[in-house]
Amino acid sequence: MYWGSLSEFLEMGGYGLYVWTSFIITALCMVWEILALWRRRAAAIAESRGIVRDIR
Amino acid sequence: MNWSKYSAPLAFYPLAGRMIPWFGTVAALAIAVGLYIGLLVAPTDFQQGEAYRIIFVHVPAAWMSMFLYVVMAVWAAVGLGLNARLSFMMTQAIAPTGAMFTFLALLTGAMWGKPTWGAWWVWDARLTSELILLFQYAGVMLLRTSIDDQRRADRASGVCALVGVVNIPIIYFSVQWWNTLHQGASVSMTAAPKMATIMLTGMLLMTFGFWMYSLAVILSRARCVILERESLQLWSKPSSVPEVAGVR
Repeated sequence: MYWGSLSEFLEMGGYGLYVWTSFIITALCMVWEILALWRRRAAAIAESRGIVRDIR
Repeated sequence: MNWSKYSAPLAFYPLAGRMIPWFGTVAALAIAVGLYIGLLVAPTDFQQGEAYRIIFVHVPAAWMSMFLYVVMAVWAAVGLGLNARLSFMMTQAIAPTGAMFTFLALLTGAMWGKPTWGAWWVWDARLTSELILLFQYAGVMLLRTSIDDQRRADRASGVCALVGVVNIPIIYFSVQWWNTLHQGASVSMTAAPKMATIMLTGMLLMTFGFWMYSLAVILSRARCVILERESLQLWSKPSSVPEVAGVR
């Protein structure tokens, strides 16, 4: 373990704002992409069921 | 095993569904260990201070942005050459993830540039060519949505993806060809890495994790695209219905 304390870890030697913004926005983008795909999949399934219902 | 049968979207659909959880799990593990090493174990950089830790997301995102573009262009080439539907679907599935990593590479680069260079952005060859890559991804996606006819949309965005691949070597070699503010490559095929082993390990683990994440997400999007474009065929094949009905 490199860090001595939690506050030291969060401060990142004065660069905390830049480091944490980078990591958090990257994480948010990836989580958002997964959620968006989940919604897209649900919508695509609902839509294809509708098509089949219309035909039958 | 006859792999060519998986070039049919209907055969590919369940195969992709079985692979996604594996890629997702491996991605989560690699990213967790990569973050542990990058944020908690790796020592500081004596020149850049703690700001250097941004490379643990910046470099993997930048590598993925270029790598995914090449993969997308290869699928476009296969699609244009063999007129294969699944190839164009893969092109369509890769573009948003590639664009996201390009955006993240630019954003995290700005987050590193401000404290280190004193500027969020400079019109440097590396940064400018990476920004052009973002516009190329946008072009490939917009061209598809702006053309109603599916086959023409496939071909137009495929040609756009294929032509744009010339920018990839420009991005990669920009730090050698021009006198850029962006530093040269720390890791290359030809020379020993110019960084400590523990930092390199963390960075490679993050890259591997992002790669596996991309595979999971792209396969998942490809399944959505198959559902959206071929739902009639999917539902007309009774054996595939239970697979589609269960949201996984």
